[in-house]
Amino acid sequence: MSDKPLLEVDSLYKSFGGITALDGVSFEVESGTLTGLIGPNGAGKSTTFNTIGGILKADSGTVRFDGEDITGESPDRIARKGLVRTFQMSREFQNMTVIENMMIAPTGQRGESALQSITPGLRENVSDQEEDIFEQAWEMLELFDIDHLALENAGALSGGQRKLLELARALMLDPEMLLLDEPFAGVNPTLEKTLIDRIETLRDKGQTFLLVEHDMDVIMEHCERVIVMHQGDTLLTGTPEEVQSEERVIEAYLGGSVA
Amino acid sequence: MTDTAVGGYDNVRAVRVREIVFLTETSEGCRRWISAMPSKLLDIENQFLLQGKYQEWPHEHISLLINIIKGEYHKHTAVLLRFWCISLQIIIYGVIMKMYPHVTLGPIGTVRERLPFAEHAIKIAAIIFGLAVLFDMFRQLTTGELTIALIAGYLWRGLSYGLVIGLAGVGLSLTYDLLDFANFAHGDYITLSAFVGWGVAYLVAGFGQFKTGSLLFLGVGGTVYPQDVGISVTNAPIAILIGLVMAALVGALLAVALDSAVYKSMRGAGNITLLIASVGVAFILRYGAVYLFTQQTFGLTADSWSYKLGLPGGTVTITSASLLLIFVSLLMMLGVHLLLTQTKLGKSMRAMAANQQLARVTGIPSEKIIRRTWLIGGALAGIAGFMIALLQGTINYQIGWTLLLLVFAGVIMGGIGSVYGAIVGGILVGLITRVSLIWIPASFTEATGFAVMILILLTRPAGIFGGDVS
Amino acid sequence: MSVQEGPVASRLPDSLVGYWENDLVKIGATLAAVYLLYVVAGLLLGYGLSGQLNSLRRLTFLIVLYSIGALVVNLHWGYSGLFNIGVVGFMAVGVYTTTILTRPVAGQNPTGTLPGLGLPLPIAIAGGVLAAALVGYLAALPSLRLRDDYFAIVTLAFAEIIRITAKASELQEFTIFGTTVGTGGGRGIRTYPNPINQFFEGTGAPIVNAVSGTIDGPLVSGWTFVLALTFVLVCVLWVIVRIVESPFGRVLKGIRDDEEATTALAKNTGSFKIRSFIIGCGILGLLGIIWQGSQGYISPSLFVPQLTFFIWIAVIIGGAGSNTGSIIGSILFVGTIYLGPGYVRRLVEEFVSLSGRATNFPDALGALAGGDISGIILYTLDQTSALRVILTGVLLIWLLKRRPDGLFGNRREMASSIDVESRVRDRQSNDSTAGGEE
Repeated sequence: MSDKPLLEVDSLYKSFGGITALDGVSFEVESGTLTGLIGPNGAGKSTTFNTIGGILKADSGTVRFDGEDITGESPDRIARKGLVRTFQMSREFQNMTVIENMMIAPTGQRGESALQSITPGLRENVSDQEEDIFEQAWEMLELFDIDHLALENAGALSGGQRKLLELARALMLDPEMLLLDEPFAGVNPTLEKTLIDRIETLRDKGQTFLLVEHDMDVIMEHCERVIVMHQGDTLLTGTPEEVQSEERVIEAYLGGSVA
Repeated sequence: MTDTAVGGYDNVRAVRVREIVFLTETSEGCRRWISAMPSKLLDIENQFLLQGKYQEWPHEHISLLINIIKGEYHKHTAVLLRFWCISLQIIIYGVIMKMYPHVTLGPIGTVRERLPFAEHAIKIAAIIFGLAVLFDMFRQLTTGELTIALIAGYLWRGLSYGLVIGLAGVGLSLTYDLLDFANFAHGDYITLSAFVGWGVAYLVAGFGQFKTGSLLFLGVGGTVYPQDVGISVTNAPIAILIGLVMAALVGALLAVALDSAVYKSMRGAGNITLLIASVGVAFILRYGAVYLFTQQTFGLTADSWSYKLGLPGGTVTITSASLLLIFVSLLMMLGVHLLLTQTKLGKSMRAMAANQQLARVTGIPSEKIIRRTWLIGGALAGIAGFMIALLQGTINYQIGWTLLLLVFAGVIMGGIGSVYGAIVGGILVGLITRVSLIWIPASFTEATGFAVMILILLTRPAGIFGGDVS
Repeated sequence: MSVQEGPVASRLPDSLVGYWENDLVKIGATLAAVYLLYVVAGLLLGYGLSGQLNSLRRLTFLIVLYSIGALVVNLHWGYSGLFNIGVVGFMAVGVYTTTILTRPVAGQNPTGTLPGLGLPLPIAIAGGVLAAALVGYLAALPSLRLRDDYFAIVTLAFAEIIRITAKASELQEFTIFGTTVGTGGGRGIRTYPNPINQFFEGTGAPIVNAVSGTIDGPLVSGWTFVLALTFVLVCVLWVIVRIVESPFGRVLKGIRDDEEATTALAKNTGSFKIRSFIIGCGILGLLGIIWQGSQGYISPSLFVPQLTFFIWIAVIIGGAGSNTGSIIGSILFVGTIYLGPGYVRRLVEEFVSLSGRATNFPDALGALAGGDISGIILYTLDQTSALRVILTGVLLIWLLKRRPDGLFGNRREMASSIDVESRVRDRQSNDSTAGGEE
């Protein structure tokens, strides 16, 4: 494990015609950690994710991933480099089945070349890989306990099930780092516990997670570090204990200005 | 309440939702600010409020708005999302300002567009191209390939043609922006109104001399000929006038009737579905015209007074038809301008175009406005159709369709949603297609218009007046 | 069995529902039903064996060609979310290119016809397909930056530019790099001889002679050509099914569903859209070559938006997103709306005695006012081409309002090269039979 942080966000500014959504956000995330990102509504957490993930272009500032400058790259390139995000409003493919949603995810599929899918000899290779992908997808579905929904259209799932699918699908990409945008909203507590345990196991194996959540218990119990955002800027970063006791954080959440 | 001016738009003191809508009437700049919102904003806003966090905000209008939006959420329409995300942005903005009055809201100053390099390069290339074109024009003038008279002729014809396209474009632009779909039947509104208008004109001019049926149907099948009836601007001005009015009426009624029959039950169906439906309507209308009038091309006018203007290198013929056209077009444009700026209807239309969901919440009756927009757009289409037939001296079932793509070009160039943009864009298209005759063979003039439209779509989809941002 | 019951399946008796499952059966049954309709019409009209065979030949000819067009539109729109309303433009590129490539060289061309580059037909066909694919590439580039309705307008603009170019008198005949070629301009151009016709005029002549006692001679080559076209359809279907039932097709479905989410899953969506568009346009080029080209003469007026519109309705009837639906939609469209009005007219003329003529609408109305309805009926029946389009428009609007999914649009067609559905069911039944907790 290198001592350089895996993700470095430096002075991101983003404004939308008069509203400043990001006002100099800066933080670092170490590899192999589970970090929390918290802040009151409107603090800019999702905008930060969008900017890191490449959907939004920052006005200024840089994002470095694994030492490489990824500021302004297209979202698919960033995902290919190993930095994957989930969406707060889960964006599963509503008109496709759950199993298809899962199987679309892995990168580097041979069958994504039209030529290989058509040509008689090469199509067998594609099918071989499809079998592997299917196994992988099925395992993941079983893990998340949604395998019984495999043939359902993703649009027919309940809110909590969609969240699970979103997370399971993101994990299919085997990302180096995962930006999770409120992954547990609408998920029942037992399953939430299973999931967070699972995430911790993956973290122990070396994957990195940055987690936006409003459930303070989850954050405080499981995250090694917490980043607090407020009004588009990083308020402070520290361990859960440090953050919990900090006056400024309390004030930020209760409303009123922060000096 | 803070005095902080935001972005130089002094009137933006949005506190209550009801007031926000009428901001569009107080500051054109605010409207521009609204339309500059990038569509990517949706992630911020929709997460916010659809997650149910709106309960924290003490504003009952907002929950009403959310329910409307939830009911009309259509995953395939990214632009519909943009509209309500803009409205949410305004609400949040307003509510933030109310709850945190001391918070300054970002850097003051107008929105500076940071154009990526490619767009700069294209702009420079366009300027160089424009200069090269002008240079070549002068060169041709000196060698004699080109004469002042020829250029003037092109400009005059281009202006006439462009005004028609512009008039037709106003209706298209308005409904495109208001209902968010490309109305491919617009061309056939033009055609049918033109046929009815001219039929009536013939009837008035030739009344008593020929069979009513033959006159109304423009002598289809060779029963009546233009020379027999002898309509022209100078010979039968009353007939022309009545025909023009008739065309406007029919255009208006047709637009409203079709909206009630077809589009009304499909509000919110998604822009592609509506587009396809409008294609269906277009074909029904067009081949309805074929059914009634066959595919024959009808001559319409007899010779009329025209003025031959002598200029270096030749003469430019200014026909009475084109004079009437320019007069009527300018009159119409003035009327539309007055409508939009002075009347309550116009202000409501502008507000609605900026944000439909919001307007509905605050009590602006939107169905009424939609109907009136169709009326206006349809009437203008009818006038445009009558005029183009007058200008060309002929009419057939395709007259509106062949115009339609050019009308789209004009609307896109000018910026969807902007009435002035539609007119300016139309005039530009007319001028481009005619003036390009200096370099390009006559067969390709329309293709030039389309090529320019494609170029604009690729480089600046918002058009000149920046209506819609894709 | 299948979870969703389509409108037809729910109306069938249970014993037959099982058979209906198979797509080939669906297609065959629909085709058989339409054939039956036409045979009955033919009997009523007094067609002999040759007449019936010819009527069915024409029906099948159009069905096969519309099916190919519908499959491409389905690939573009139903699978990739690309709204292509410039379909005819790509067909024109294909056939015009092939014509120019294969027409006899200047000096060897028959008098009164235009010269070309004199290449053999197979090479010229390949060239036409490639040209259409290339133009498709150019047209696809804007799709990366434009939302779907703007892209639709761009495709229409492309098709019009192509038609204008084909019609331009400046290109009617021109010399470039020393060779003279031409498009024929507004007058059009003779294309190329149909190799199947040539065969039956030459070495195959004995076959024609042998059957000419029972049926008309030209029917032999006519039907053989139709069967050859059917083979082309099968090949096209084969290619498209393999594209669609694969990871490539899966990504296309994802793009149609939510392009941004697909991008977030590390897929370069632009590349997928372009590839899908190019493949479709190449096939459209081939379609133009075997359709209009095989008729011996083409002109710009053949490639009008009306044809695009007809192909689209076939797709919508069948349901966007289903290949089977596209074929069945084509069968139904050609069988009922396209050829229907003509047959209705002939049937009416045969069995209902109508006197009087009306060559134009006002006269027909006048007759109606005088109490005579035959004028207006005759006039209406005469307007078959207009009726066809009006019916199509009405049907389109009705479909969009009531059944936007068409017949098969909401079917689940898995995008994978392996049979995922049965594998899942196996696992699911194993889990339930295994019982117990993990």
